[in-house]
Amino acid sequence: MITFTEPTEQDIRNEKLYADMGLTDGEYDKVIGILGREPNYTETGIFSVMWSEHCSYKHSKPLLKQFPTTGDRVLMGPGEGAGVVDIGDNQAVVFKVESHNHPSAVEPYQGAATGVGGIIRDIVSIGARPVGLLNSLRFGELSEPNNRRLLRGVVAGIGGYGNCIGIPTVSGEVEFDPSYDGNPLVNAMCVGTIDHDKIQKGTARGIGNKVIYVGLKTGRDGIHGATFASEELTEASESKRPSVQIGDPFTGKKLMEATLDAIRQPELVGIQDMGAAGLTSSSAEMAAKGESGIALHLDQVPVREDGITPYEMMLSETQERMLLVVEDGSEDKFLDMFEGYELDSAVIGEVTDTDRLELFFHGEKYADIPVQPLSDEAPVYILEGEAPEQDATPYSYGDQNLNAVFDALIGHPTHGSKSYIYEQYDNQVGANTVQKSGFGAGVVRVEGTDKAIAMAIDGKSRYVYADPLNGGKEAVAQTFRSIISTGALPLAMTDCLNYGSPEKPEIYHQLEASTRGMAEACEVLSTPVVSGNVSLYNESKGTILPTPVIGMVGLIEDVNFMAGVEISAGDALYLVGETTKSFAGSQIEKLIDNDIRKQARHIDLKLEYARGMDLRGRLIDGEVKKIAPVGRGGIAIKLAQLSAFHHLGMDVEINLDGEDLFAENASRYIVIAPAGLDLKDGTEIGRLTDEGFHIGTHDLTIDRSIDAISNTWEGAIPQCMTSTD
Amino acid sequence: MKFAVVKFPGSNCDRDMLNAAVKAGGEAEYVDYRETSLEAYDGVLVPGGFSFGDYLRSGAMASVAPITRAIKEAAASGKPVLGVCNGFQILTEIGLLPGALIFNDTHTFISRNEVLTITNNETAFTSGYEKGESVIFPVAHGEGHYYCDDETHETLVENNRIVLTYNDNPNGSRADIAGIVNEAGNVFGLMPHPERALETLLGSDDGMRLFEKMNDWEANHDHIH
Repeated sequence: MITFTEPTEQDIRNEKLYADMGLTDGEYDKVIGILGREPNYTETGIFSVMWSEHCSYKHSKPLLKQFPTTGDRVLMGPGEGAGVVDIGDNQAVVFKVESHNHPSAVEPYQGAATGVGGIIRDIVSIGARPVGLLNSLRFGELSEPNNRRLLRGVVAGIGGYGNCIGIPTVSGEVEFDPSYDGNPLVNAMCVGTIDHDKIQKGTARGIGNKVIYVGLKTGRDGIHGATFASEELTEASESKRPSVQIGDPFTGKKLMEATLDAIRQPELVGIQDMGAAGLTSSSAEMAAKGESGIALHLDQVPVREDGITPYEMMLSETQERMLLVVEDGSEDKFLDMFEGYELDSAVIGEVTDTDRLELFFHGEKYADIPVQPLSDEAPVYILEGEAPEQDATPYSYGDQNLNAVFDALIGHPTHGSKSYIYEQYDNQVGANTVQKSGFGAGVVRVEGTDKAIAMAIDGKSRYVYADPLNGGKEAVAQTFRSIISTGALPLAMTDCLNYGSPEKPEIYHQLEASTRGMAEACEVLSTPVVSGNVSLYNESKGTILPTPVIGMVGLIEDVNFMAGVEISAGDALYLVGETTKSFAGSQIEKLIDNDIRKQARHIDLKLEYARGMDLRGRLIDGEVKKIAPVGRGGIAIKLAQLSAFHHLGMDVEINLDGEDLFAENASRYIVIAPAGLDLKDGTEIGRLTDEGFHIGTHDLTIDRSIDAISNTWEGAIPQCMTSTD
Repeated sequence: MKFAVVKFPGSNCDRDMLNAAVKAGGEAEYVDYRETSLEAYDGVLVPGGFSFGDYLRSGAMASVAPITRAIKEAAASGKPVLGVCNGFQILTEIGLLPGALIFNDTHTFISRNEVLTITNNETAFTSGYEKGESVIFPVAHGEGHYYCDDETHETLVENNRIVLTYNDNPNGSRADIAGIVNEAGNVFGLMPHPERALETLLGSDDGMRLFEKMNDWEANHDHIH
């Protein structure tokens, strides 16, 4: 008896229904080859999500293979829900970054909220308790009402989920650029801690072991979400709003606690969260890793309403769900435990010796697919990149009104205070936050110890656009600098590759060259890649700037050195590192030229490492009080930010041209320390004072009051957001 | 003193609250919201978070949980009852404290360190502070605007029940009120988080004295009244 009316195998073939689900003709033929017959409707849907870019990395796999993924401290690299890195004493840190760009573009609150929920479940499914959240955001300029709407919604969504579930958001970064108009980037990172012996893998093994479903009842939300995430955004994307899932942080919280409880039980065999492609990817991936088959009885799946078909069930991306494999006979113990948390749960299947994913609904078979090819034989496309023409025109900003440039940059949302954003995130719940959002990396103490985890996230898309290879290196190096600046030893990183369509040769070149640069930086800076995510087809009105986002964690052995350090008037300011006329991808270039010249950028990674480690040592020893990497907007903006943040004046003389204050060379720091220090490659440039902000150069003088600097910096985002929309 | 940390589904400051009580020298245990008695405990701590998700109204669902009756009994018997953030919202919902907590005037969640003034140090909770002393506690709430009618406000003022005020009101609370006590002085609700202010390394240790005084309740309370 056919329970549901669905297109037949012939309909799918003749009307090319597979194409609507995102499969190409070639991929459809490959499916037929694997099955030895034409796929039915449910099977076609399953292949389409498993072979989507989001799940299979079909355009990025060869590039991701470049990354170093091993190291002395790496306990688990890419391939599982998140990476795991040793921090000593049988403890480890677990982390990953993930994008939720497309959903956030059409439904900012829920798109961002479910992005946070999803990355938390990735960490929890390893068995770790989340201790910190971070986010990296990109929007178009806030002069556009739609970008203000998106910012409001995304920030409220991140806060709405993270605050409720009770994990502190301790750091983040945001940049505003017209290339993100209508295509915001929302990358969320979660960091957790775990004991070595609790590390779980998403695996299904042991014939006869039971498959348990726990969490929210499955509804018809988010169907084909993974496919949607792998398409370009168009006018029609608005109609994809039903592809966006709805977050339920309350259930998420219960599920998190229940999962951490379940992980302590010896009868647990494997666990995986139901994220992108829901029940399909979690069951198929667990079976593939366990080299087993899996049979699911879909009539047992808790559902929100009657009439949900196997197709819809398998493709639904209803949030707050986990799939467990437990030893045969122990299932009641788990079901009782979940009952105690007031969560829906059910035994929905068992591990089999068939090596096939078999789906039954009231006894009728709806899918029968060999697991390995479904999970591991997604097509891989190696495309051709094409390097664009270089532009060697030298830069000259000496005849610009550089005082006006200074005011414009310090008052731009990209450089101004982000308190409007981070004050909407609970950044201290858990009572272990040593350094919260506001200036640089977050630092969270490992509960019950003197150790702390430093965590940072950053991206440098304008540099990557100007010079993909060196820009890729700089993206990693910039995050390295943030970690170093807390005194932590950088351990490892995660990455989220946000790019346009890889099918365009120039975009593929950006992807290929920048990942090559990133890989080299990881090698030299000793920060292997342990997890990551790819978000391609970020095209709306145009193509976004190539935006690899780097999340990094570091270890502080004894965090108590951070207590009692006070920055005060009289402290000396040092500039460490060389400044040249490096303007490709800079903020002054954006302001004045409204363009990015495709011109070489420069970074010496060995120097970067040596300098960073040297300064880190001095910070821990108490020789210097603060190290602040120089980033967007150059020396002038970093000094202004320090002045505003600490509400102190500065008296600075720098032996450079005025325009050089805005140059953006790599590997530079402003260091605050007692006067008279001999810093390698460093120059003392002035003092902190109680009044007035002054920078003098060969041909430019900037003089402001402390209040003027602070007010401009603090008002950068609020002054945009108070416009009535 | 042995404290109960009442745990609702969605409580998320429960561990911080338990740690604070223990750090102050007390004993503390979690008590599930489905329990019906708190007789085994000398004091009750209602932690922050989002009880039942707060999808209805902050604290509204918690107010009909089985444990509620026991919290009221503990309060009536003179045991100290402390409600922080969502705990304060719950204490107003169940009528142990007057007024209500409504959306912040900004209509956004606010998380930052606030400077507060101890306006009444003659309670057994705040006797460790100087009157008029400035303290720093973090706040983290979306619905922290303390609202009450004129009559209630007058009563609070007359009976010296306003214990804590904001120096730079973040949420629009009436008369900058951050925390109040009941008439008997044994129920204290406040929006800021003293349990997150126990160490200078984390930004402030101003909350420690509150928990120390609660742990010394009998002597302290007799001294005050």
